[in-house]
Amino acid sequence: MRIMLVDDSKTMRNIQKSVLSQLGYTELEEACDGQDALSKVGAFKPDLLLVDWNMPNMDGLSFVKAYRAQDKTTPIIMVTTEAEKSRVIEAIKAGVNNYVVKPFTPDLLSQRISETLSKAGIAA
Amino acid sequence: MEARFITPFIQSVQNVFSTMLQLPMQIGEPRVKAGKNTGYDVSGIIGMSGDVVGSVVLSFPDDAARRVVALFAGEELGTDSPDFADAIGELVNMVAGGAKANFDGAKVSISCPSVVVGSGHLIANTSDVPVIEIPCMTDCGEVAIQIAIKTNANAPTQAASASA
Repeated sequence: MRIMLVDDSKTMRNIQKSVLSQLGYTELEEACDGQDALSKVGAFKPDLLLVDWNMPNMDGLSFVKAYRAQDKTTPIIMVTTEAEKSRVIEAIKAGVNNYVVKPFTPDLLSQRISETLSKAGIAA
Repeated sequence: MEARFITPFIQSVQNVFSTMLQLPMQIGEPRVKAGKNTGYDVSGIIGMSGDVVGSVVLSFPDDAARRVVALFAGEELGTDSPDFADAIGELVNMVAGGAKANFDGAKVSISCPSVVVGSGHLIANTSDVPVIEIPCMTDCGEVAIQIAIKTNANAPTQAASASA
């Protein structure tokens, strides 16, 4: 299972990595913004992406729209401080499969990952 | 500044510190910060735009900042480390993001955070918005939230509701 973490905060990526490694996922790639992620998805070929919203250079929503133009199926979980209902709807319309609002507990992130992979028919 | 903006910040900072750091927080009495707005030794600053404009600061004394960052990042970091600034910036990002979600439907965007390190640094705010400071106490030390925001009368959604 290859998982890409897209977040401009290294601290947040490290927290997510810690949760994912506890779940047994170790094949991880990191990107610090949407542009960086777009440059890496071709080579890494992720099975799942965790994407922040507010990032410099290219934000998460723009990245999701650009990525969905080339890949319609790989599941994406938005992990963000953007908690308003209108934002969640905007993200889902852009192609996000699930949504985690920061701050989150490790249990909540684990649960969202499991349900997202299950819905996508991907064995965890 | 409107009082309705205060409670969302109190709820958000308590939520961020308890969820990410397992650190309970006692909230002091909000007060108008008179005179020049000086921060403690480390400040995370984030801007708001849209229906609400202004800035939010999460400011720590040096020792409190080091201890909070150690909890959040899982390792002790010096204040000159880029990872230290990253951690402070992410904390203020979560506090501001959580607060704006409870601004009664206002559409607000937040900037990428900036972090200032230096004793007694001055934080310049627009002169027409009073700075409200909320003192907070944790087992790691003091934290202050400084809020200088106001409703943006020129924002499209505000203008629409005013003319409706």
